[in-house]
Amino acid sequence: MHFLPQRDGQRIPSSDITPRDVYDSRRDWLKTAGALGLTGLGLSGTVQAQTAGPGKLAKLPGAKSAVPGGFALEKLTSYQDATTYNNFYEFGTDKSDPAKNAHTLKTRPWTVAIEGECAKPGRYGIEDLLKLAPMEERIYRLRCVEGWSMVVPWVGYSLSELLKKAEPTGKAKYVEFTTLADKAQMSGVRSGVLDWPYIEGLRMDEAMHPLALLAFGMYGEVLPNQNGAPLRLVVPWKYGFKSAKSIVRIRFLEQQPVSSWTKAAQQEYGFYSNVNPKVDHPRWSQASERRIGEDGLFAKKRPTLMFNGYEPQVGQLYAGMDLKKNY
Amino acid sequence: MTSHAPAAAGRAAPASKARRHPLLHPAAKAVLFALCLGPLAWLVWRAFAGTLGANPAEAMIRGLGDWAMRLLWITLAITPLRQWTGQPTLARFRRMLGLFAFFYASLHLLAYGWLDMGLDLADIGRDIVKRPFILMGFAAWVLLVPLAATSFNRAIKALGAKRWQVLHRLVYVISVVGLMHFIWMRAGKNNFAEPAVYGGILAVLLGWRVWKKVKG
Repeated sequence: MHFLPQRDGQRIPSSDITPRDVYDSRRDWLKTAGALGLTGLGLSGTVQAQTAGPGKLAKLPGAKSAVPGGFALEKLTSYQDATTYNNFYEFGTDKSDPAKNAHTLKTRPWTVAIEGECAKPGRYGIEDLLKLAPMEERIYRLRCVEGWSMVVPWVGYSLSELLKKAEPTGKAKYVEFTTLADKAQMSGVRSGVLDWPYIEGLRMDEAMHPLALLAFGMYGEVLPNQNGAPLRLVVPWKYGFKSAKSIVRIRFLEQQPVSSWTKAAQQEYGFYSNVNPKVDHPRWSQASERRIGEDGLFAKKRPTLMFNGYEPQVGQLYAGMDLKKNY
Repeated sequence: MTSHAPAAAGRAAPASKARRHPLLHPAAKAVLFALCLGPLAWLVWRAFAGTLGANPAEAMIRGLGDWAMRLLWITLAITPLRQWTGQPTLARFRRMLGLFAFFYASLHLLAYGWLDMGLDLADIGRDIVKRPFILMGFAAWVLLVPLAATSFNRAIKALGAKRWQVLHRLVYVISVVGLMHFIWMRAGKNNFAEPAVYGGILAVLLGWRVWKKVKG
């Protein structure tokens, strides 16, 4: 079955892939079972077993999230694909580089500094952060600005859980995220591809939205280094690069921060970068996307959804805004 | 300039020389032909084995494009290599290499149109107009067509050697347009390491020609 860990370096034969209708009917059954309260009788384990990683990393289970939109009923991307096809420029610019090079990253000890316009700035150790709120499993679509997408079961909790602890002041209009940039541990940081460290930001209301996830794990295990260990952001309605990996600093700001990609190519990577099939990247259409791992070489691309399909949940954040201008 | 005339010099060589010179071996062209098919065989094999990675369509399209460019660069390297190494017989391989560059460029275009665009001609048309890097790639391929179409001996006679030569100097323009296609594609992610390598090699290959011309 396609959710099970893959044999190293091998593709699952198509005969092993559950047909879509069988898969959907099982999902329906699970939903029904959930509605009937059966999941409380030990059946919830089924959900967790579906999203298991290969068992090489520490387990990090999460309870099924109740956040609206937090549990996409779609076929998961294989763990193999989700951990070997990555953009994480600190470890190289090829998609296969992070998986090759990220083993040099040390994720313990790890602290995250909370700074800026807040009543309670401070430093959190990763152990404190792991205990700060209950772990939830969320299945999100992930859409990269390059035109491909995945479906990943993340484990973590809403970013707002952490932000609230810092008690942001009325002046806090934006939140800025800074990624680790250590030449000794990250081979890609020696290149001048971006102005390190990697900076990303969100508007305060975006950051407080329950779907904005602070993720510590995926597929029931802690994050692999190449996916942003030990903690990263996942903002499912925005292009992937908005979700900073291996975060070391979170800062509340009065002014809109300048993200690394905006700095590198302002006309191409705006501050908002909401997934939007109607607003093309200057050099390519965003109307469709390739789902990674789906049906191999001759798979058709699928249409991209407004806000990556999270419009019912986040659409109101942008009411009245010109999303062509605020791309 | 004989360096631009089609390569047939090797055929006239005496048999005794053929034994001494591996480049004149009767099987040399067949070996080169097989070598040139190698990258395609490797890509197709990996596609069947499922080892093209998480995005096999992208790997296929890029792999074919890489080899189109590499073979074009190798073709352009024949003349300088011939002079540097004092091996005039190298010229007999140039046409095949150039045709293989065209072959891989065509497969690259086909793979893009099919795997990326689902063979939707209207979509492809819009994409070419909208995306400068696609336009560049398409232009490079279009410019290669008349060269490939006039690559046989009778075409030289029909065109006249002089006009044929002028036409085939388009290859310099094509190589620059092809490189721009590559640079522009990578500019999206600010990643110029590979285009810099190809650009550097092309600068040497074309710079050498300019230098020769200036020196007379």
